Amino acid sequence: MTPHSDQFEVEIPSDYESGQAVVERIMAEVGQAGFSSRDEFGIRLSVDEAVTNAIKHGNKLSPDKKVRIDFQRTDAGIRVEIEDQGSGFRPEDVPDCTKDENLECPNGRGLMLMREFMTRIEFSPKGNRVVLEKLHQR
Amino acid sequence: MAPSQRLDIEEVGDVTVAKFVDKKILDEANIQAIGANLFALIDEDGRKKVVLDFSLVEYLSSAALGKLITLDKKVKAAKSKLRLCCIKPEIYEVFEITRLNKIFDIKATQEDALQGF
Repeated sequence: MTPHSDQFEVEIPSDYESGQAVVERIMAEVGQAGFSSRDEFGIRLSVDEAVTNAIKHGNKLSPDKKVRIDFQRTDAGIRVEIEDQGSGFRPEDVPDCTKDENLECPNGRGLMLMREFMTRIEFSPKGNRVVLEKLHQR
Repeated sequence: MAPSQRLDIEEVGDVTVAKFVDKKILDEANIQAIGANLFALIDEDGRKKVVLDFSLVEYLSSAALGKLITLDKKVKAAKSKLRLCCIKPEIYEVFEITRLNKIFDIKATQEDALQGF
């Protein structure tokens, strides 16, 4: 059988509506990839968190800045690369919200959820690009 | 402008049951509106016993969790009480991963949440 691969790359403005539209487009592809409902739930949550982070914290909703999203679906799983035009951040500076002293902190749980639900999550050295990967469990 | 109403409110005895009307609590504008609705229950209406019913909710982002945490703080400051109920297993997993199941009083059904409240 020929290996399957679907790919698209888009650049969106830094607004939430455009972010939601691209998440829906990605989830339409994910829906055909044969993941479990739990995995689909985790992928939606993770992609949504990453796109929202890029728009809100990365580009700070600037109309002059874009978010680039590259999506790939293969037989092995899916890969989403999200890059903003902000100044980046250091993931290690985000406090661990599961520690008792941080439990009531209202922010910082998105990263933790992405790490839990995806197979791999990797930031560029500058911190303005993230790769999310979810592989099928064979 | 008043935020749009994102909660169905019902009074059961002396308990306020607030049911989320959205399946997906993801986009920022919606989360802001939901936050405003939730905070008004305590800040403006002074409700003392609140049950949040999640039975329609299929997705919930970390920003929505942040609103719930802020609500919990307001509830404690006002000496009110808060319970959560009817959370789907996938969403309950989010509460477990973030350990928020430790700070919220979570019940399986609305009946359980109302019992002895």
